[in-house]
Amino acid sequence: MSGPDRDELSPSLAAEVLAEFEKDWRKELRRAIPVKERMKIGRRPMPQRAPGERGRDFEEVNLGLSAEEAVAEAKRCLDCARPGCVAGCPVRIDIPTFVKLVEKGEFAAAAAKVREANSLPAVCGRVCPQETQCEERCNLRRGSGVAVGIGNLERFVSDHERQRGAGGRPILPPPTGHKVAVVGAGPAGMTVAGELARSGHRVTIFEALHEAGGVLVYGIPEFRLPKAILVAEVDTLKRLGVEFRMNFIVGLTATIEDLQAEGYEAFFIGSGAGLPNFMKIPGENLVGVYSANEYLTRVNLMRAYDFPRYDTPVFPGRRAAVIGGGNVAMDSVRIAKRLGAEQALIIYRRSRAEMPARIEEIHHAEEEGIEFHFLTVPTRYVGDAHGRVKAMECQRMELGEPDASGRRRPVPVPGSEFTAEVDLVVVAIGQSPNPLIPQTTPGLKVGQWGTIDVDGATMATSLPGVYAGGDIVRGGATVILAMGDARTAAAAIDERLRSKPAAGS
Amino acid sequence: MPRIVRRERLVPNIHLIEVEAPEIARKARPGQFVIVMPDARGERIPLTIADWDRERGTVTAVFMVVGTTTRKLALLEPGEAVPIFAGPLGRPSKIERAGTVLCAGGCFGIAAIHPLVRAFKEAGNRVLVLVDVKADYLLYWRERFEALADELVISSRDGLTGGTDFVPRHVRDILGRETVDRVVAVGCTYFMSSVAEATRPAGVKTTVSLNPIMVDGTGMCGACRVTVDGEARFACVDGPDFDGHKIDWAELYARRKSFFDDEIKSLCAWEEERFP
Repeated sequence: MSGPDRDELSPSLAAEVLAEFEKDWRKELRRAIPVKERMKIGRRPMPQRAPGERGRDFEEVNLGLSAEEAVAEAKRCLDCARPGCVAGCPVRIDIPTFVKLVEKGEFAAAAAKVREANSLPAVCGRVCPQETQCEERCNLRRGSGVAVGIGNLERFVSDHERQRGAGGRPILPPPTGHKVAVVGAGPAGMTVAGELARSGHRVTIFEALHEAGGVLVYGIPEFRLPKAILVAEVDTLKRLGVEFRMNFIVGLTATIEDLQAEGYEAFFIGSGAGLPNFMKIPGENLVGVYSANEYLTRVNLMRAYDFPRYDTPVFPGRRAAVIGGGNVAMDSVRIAKRLGAEQALIIYRRSRAEMPARIEEIHHAEEEGIEFHFLTVPTRYVGDAHGRVKAMECQRMELGEPDASGRRRPVPVPGSEFTAEVDLVVVAIGQSPNPLIPQTTPGLKVGQWGTIDVDGATMATSLPGVYAGGDIVRGGATVILAMGDARTAAAAIDERLRSKPAAGS
Repeated sequence: MPRIVRRERLVPNIHLIEVEAPEIARKARPGQFVIVMPDARGERIPLTIADWDRERGTVTAVFMVVGTTTRKLALLEPGEAVPIFAGPLGRPSKIERAGTVLCAGGCFGIAAIHPLVRAFKEAGNRVLVLVDVKADYLLYWRERFEALADELVISSRDGLTGGTDFVPRHVRDILGRETVDRVVAVGCTYFMSSVAEATRPAGVKTTVSLNPIMVDGTGMCGACRVTVDGEARFACVDGPDFDGHKIDWAELYARRKSFFDDEIKSLCAWEEERFP
């Protein structure tokens, strides 16, 4: 599908960004410090806890910029007439405006500006791959090589807003009387819910698990995204009047058709990529071999790191191998280390350059003593007499011709097989879309890989009034791309609802 | 949060909970399960749905007390809430008019076959019921099955009611004296594998309802994967019913015991906290 992720700004948005650019306060700020001076300021590093200190607990690694550091970082922004950053952002935050508000010290206004486009700024400020999005397109990066720390500033303003307790009941437009059902309380679903509630619609989120957040709660560990931040975002949605129905599995507890009969007029399906992939190699079902989803869910959602205070256990592992090179693999391996593994290994079939994980995560993992084994794939897991994994057989690879993704395809090196002792394996090679909703929703068109087919301009599915976005459409992408889909869908849903009379009126 | 309407000890160590869950009651079909978590620090476990009442809006599950979660569930009183009671999960059992159907239930699985017996009967089958208990005093729901089934065979291992033989002998006896077209078995892994092995020589189609370790129960984690006919399947979304003759039972046994030591540790920690 073709999302709006890499395209240029729409004419109306470009005009809005330009209008902000031409305001007097912006002109004054630009005049106050010449570009040359701004370019001399070095990027403020993200303060973080030392690897030795953080490597054994689940407290957050990054500490966040101080107000002084944030203002200094904001001064680095050249306030370009033609900013690249906004088009690099999947949810189209007016980045120059919020950054310049930080420079002026108007942190609350900056946070409000971010919130106009992003319902989960404290989350995105922490987990977005800014280096391939807004910061990649930063003109300062093109000029001096080091982009403005946009992500760090986004995190700063949203943390500042939360710590100030910006709560209270938001001012909402009069209710439209329309009812919307959102399936899945992940990043996409929470974004759609926030946008539509702000437009005056009655929104209910149906969530299969017992905590809201989707991948943000079961997948991303506490040391990268503290749960308190999610709780605050959920509270924000509740203050907007969004209703949460937890432990409700749409498709089974009630189908989309059932909910239509209950008066829901529009649907957004953001059920995620909840079906882990395995390599289908011998020994993959041995005890001690987990999918990353299971491993992360046990630790993050079920708090197995606090076992036996919490009832859900997880096998700690002495020699842990995590298969894969993405962010999920990095999260898993850093957890294994924190749970006491003496050796925690990343086994990745390509080389470092092809790793899909964020640079910061790779860097943090290295600092924490994770061992990286590139150009290696497991071919078989070997079990002991109790069916528990004790070793893995591997094969070395070399890079051949580029494949469909443009990355060089790994090919086996003959005679390079070897065996490594392991007692914990986490398979983090991606996920497929969860089949529950496609299976139980007649008429919903599904693509080859089980993803829901949508019209990229509106995120509308083949069923009227039913929209979808995030991993259930993309198959496995990022939080921010899911949120970009959600923004597109929310606009289309709002338009659709406004064109018809409210139910019962 | 869903409230407990009734909690009853059926026999020593086997308890019933009836929970207010109108949506699940509306949708439940034979063979499906719920995911239950007894309190905020609890673990999510699957329980087969034993009965439901659409008018009352309640769902009933029967479980045996083995670990921390089931201990906690067995202490709940009517009016108390459980944080998670989610479902109905899994694919419903395939109910068809097969002719003669043998429904075999062991232990907590005796309750789980109840909706199956009812459904197979309603579908026009001759339904034989085999229930297996470790001892005479552990038998429950006898009247229910006597009322529903065409024939009830009780296998008890203390010899007071049904002889000293274990499950396979009873299954072979039944298959020897009449033509059975389908067998369904629900109970512990040992019970289900015993039934499946007993029907294998005669080649009678045997469906088992697996209850491996699960976390989310919706396909997300893959903890419940089992090898069926050489292929990894997820019990939660592909099952829980599978062909008993095609399951890698040894693997399933090992996976069921994944956390054996931790289960003991958890129970000890809970007992120390609860009964200081």
